[in-house]
Amino acid sequence: MAGIVGYGAHLPRHRIKVEEIAKVWGADAPSYKKGLMLREKSVPPPDMDTITLAVEAAKNALKRSGGVNPVDIGAIYIGSESHPYAVKPSGTTVAEAIGATPDIHCADFEFACKAGSEAMFVAMSHVDSGYMKYALAIAADTSQGAPSDALEFSAAAGASAFIMGKDNLIAECLFTHSYMTDMPDFWRREHQFYPQHGGRFTGEEAYFATTKGASNAILKKSGMKPSDFAYAVFHQPNGKFPQRVSRELGFTQEQIDPGWLAPRLGNTYSGASPIGLTATLDVAKPGDLIFMCSYGSGAGSDSFIWKVTERIDEARDLAVKTHKLLDENLIYVDYGTYAKFRHKIKMND
Amino acid sequence: MRNVCVVGVGMSKWGEVWRKSLRGLFVDAAMEAIKNSGVDRLDSLYVGCMASGPFVSQEHLGALMADYLGIPGLPAMRVESACASGGMAFRAAFIEVAGGISDIVMASGVEKMTDCSGDDATAGLAMAADQEYEVFNGATFPGLYALMATAHMAKYGTTREMLSTIAVKNHKNGAKNPVAQYPFEITVEGVEKSVMVADPLHILDCSPITDGAAAVIVTTEEIAKKLGKPYIKVLGSGVGTDSMQLAQRADMTTIKASTIAAERAFKMAGKTIKDVRFAEVHDCFTIAELMVLESIGLYEKGKAGPAILAGETALDGKFPVNTSGGLKSKGHPVGATGVAQVIEVYKQLTGQAENGRQMPGSPKIGMTQNMGGSGASSVVHIMEVA
Amino acid sequence: MTMFSSRNWREYPQRYRLEASKFKKSGKTYFPPRAVDPETGDTEQEKVILPDTGKVITYTVIRTAPSQWTDIAPYALVIAELTDGTRLMAQVVDCDVNEVKIGMEVRIEFRRVQTESHHGVLSYGYKFVPKWY
Repeated sequence: MAGIVGYGAHLPRHRIKVEEIAKVWGADAPSYKKGLMLREKSVPPPDMDTITLAVEAAKNALKRSGGVNPVDIGAIYIGSESHPYAVKPSGTTVAEAIGATPDIHCADFEFACKAGSEAMFVAMSHVDSGYMKYALAIAADTSQGAPSDALEFSAAAGASAFIMGKDNLIAECLFTHSYMTDMPDFWRREHQFYPQHGGRFTGEEAYFATTKGASNAILKKSGMKPSDFAYAVFHQPNGKFPQRVSRELGFTQEQIDPGWLAPRLGNTYSGASPIGLTATLDVAKPGDLIFMCSYGSGAGSDSFIWKVTERIDEARDLAVKTHKLLDENLIYVDYGTYAKFRHKIKMND
Repeated sequence: MRNVCVVGVGMSKWGEVWRKSLRGLFVDAAMEAIKNSGVDRLDSLYVGCMASGPFVSQEHLGALMADYLGIPGLPAMRVESACASGGMAFRAAFIEVAGGISDIVMASGVEKMTDCSGDDATAGLAMAADQEYEVFNGATFPGLYALMATAHMAKYGTTREMLSTIAVKNHKNGAKNPVAQYPFEITVEGVEKSVMVADPLHILDCSPITDGAAAVIVTTEEIAKKLGKPYIKVLGSGVGTDSMQLAQRADMTTIKASTIAAERAFKMAGKTIKDVRFAEVHDCFTIAELMVLESIGLYEKGKAGPAILAGETALDGKFPVNTSGGLKSKGHPVGATGVAQVIEVYKQLTGQAENGRQMPGSPKIGMTQNMGGSGASSVVHIMEVA
Repeated sequence: MTMFSSRNWREYPQRYRLEASKFKKSGKTYFPPRAVDPETGDTEQEKVILPDTGKVITYTVIRTAPSQWTDIAPYALVIAELTDGTRLMAQVVDCDVNEVKIGMEVRIEFRRVQTESHHGVLSYGYKFVPKWY
């Protein structure tokens, strides 16, 4: 089957701590930190958006791709819930920036937090079917959380990119399964700046039921069990949900650790499980099996089983590692700066 | 080439002149120049102006000003070279008379900068730089000169105090100039405590936003003599250009366009910098004055700062610079500046500088140096007593 | 009065991909590309891509910012010399403005450079960030 030929990620340098946000709204920081298993989140500055994050992630993927020429990329799919334009795909600018135009298919994807894995699914299908040689899938977001809402503590920014191909793979895709029902747990109407959500309704019947639905289906399809896998990556709207769902499915903390970024990154929405996958690939060894299951409100999950190849040893150091971007050279901001950066302040225009 | 002279000068009010429009400012300066010269006709008119389009949505200034000056049919043309527009208008007049095309030509400059917002004024001024490769990426005018200042300080050890001294000197001179926008003295401490605009330049290192116009009558020596009014001779005129992008200059710490312009002006005049007693130079920012004095060959590279600290360019110094108060204290209505520089040289050479601003000794030869943007264009004139 | 749409589009090869021109006779690179080499008068050139790292050779911090950059003021503006000798002017972001100095190593990153009000086009291009990896 087809798989990943090159992968890369990009994250902002700026962070804001839970305490900073809690202070402004009179919320109890310790209980948010404990309840969400979240310490801080990434903050994109005004000159960073889904498109710019996607370009840098794509460049890192190209660096690891073993010499893929951008003009040979047959499609570019970017999944996000914060595309800068409502009409004009983010993919047009990203493709132009990496020199992949003009013979290329382009479409932007949205499905709350699974728009990224959705792009991966479609890109991979095109290559697997023999329809194109390479396809680029990008998962990127600079999502907004409404002020004083619980989601304001976690809505963060980041991107990951995957060049799918058939030869010279870093990780082969062995199985996929997509699972989707109409589930009104979280949504944003046209022209609204912030999303709405169903509070606790987003848990049991939404995130957990859907993730388990896709995960159990792919385990059954593949005939595999959790202990077969070296690693597992789940959608991570906070630190707690992926911990709980992985445990309930039979995975261990050690398996999810490398890709469990939410406690320090926040929820990168479409980027969440895909960025987690890049961090996992950064430490995986040839032959490792990686389990991945995304989740997007609305609701659906895309699950994948990846098998890492020999090429990971040569490819992983060709671009910056995700944990380096997560852990190093951080710039902490206060709430005022955060609000200014995220355009939450009413300006005179 | 005929001998060219300047015989009458005029300036409008300079500052925030709410009650005068672009054309109103021009007419005030022009009529005063005509009156002071005693001419009874004009053969042609040059109007230097940088950005009347962006500032007040008015172009076609040659025709407009000829119309409002009340001389129907007068040959007239707008000249633009960013902040060197005025100096270039003067050069155009010089060429037209020197070449025998006309006998009496008015060289004028005007700018109306307060009819738009501060933001729009800044954006208009920024049009003198590279829009796509400098301004698009965040450059402002103070920013471009600040980049040059940082480089000059790193290369030659030029100090903050040297820059402050220039501002203080120019204000000291400007305090005596009845036309100046800011006719008051300032201190070194005051400069360094003023708001930082673009490191290392403070607001008091920067010339202001000003409305104003200036005009001079350029004519042949024969006509100047007949008019019986004080006049001076224009010995040489030179122009130079350099790359628009600061990043593409061979040396960011010097104004090559001015070096070229000065060389050409000196060649035409048959003189060198050693023959010159004083100068009006383009101090859009304090660092500009310092770099220009090196660029025109008055000081070796890196040596202008110490000379300035030692008082050599003060009114009573070896080589007075900007006795008018410069752009800093007199004001900088962009298109008018180059012409106003000629007016100051005229006043000093004819002993007419007001309020104790006249330099000691009787100066024989003075020069003007005007430049556009971050130094992509420059024009120099050398003038002598009659 | 800005109309960035066509102006941006025309500059994509430079702003997005850093395409420059290198003249045959002098071997010198110009960004943006130009028709004639000012040093030799040569018109024969090839397309090259600028390197993405360099060193700061002069800098300033713009504290009185034009309105399109109110939300990131104060910001550092520098000229950096890239590893091929070409000089480029751009902002340096993702750092404390007081850290910017001559000799600082920088890398080019793709950023949103300007936003034309609520409904206009988005202008993308290059900025520098400190080279920390």
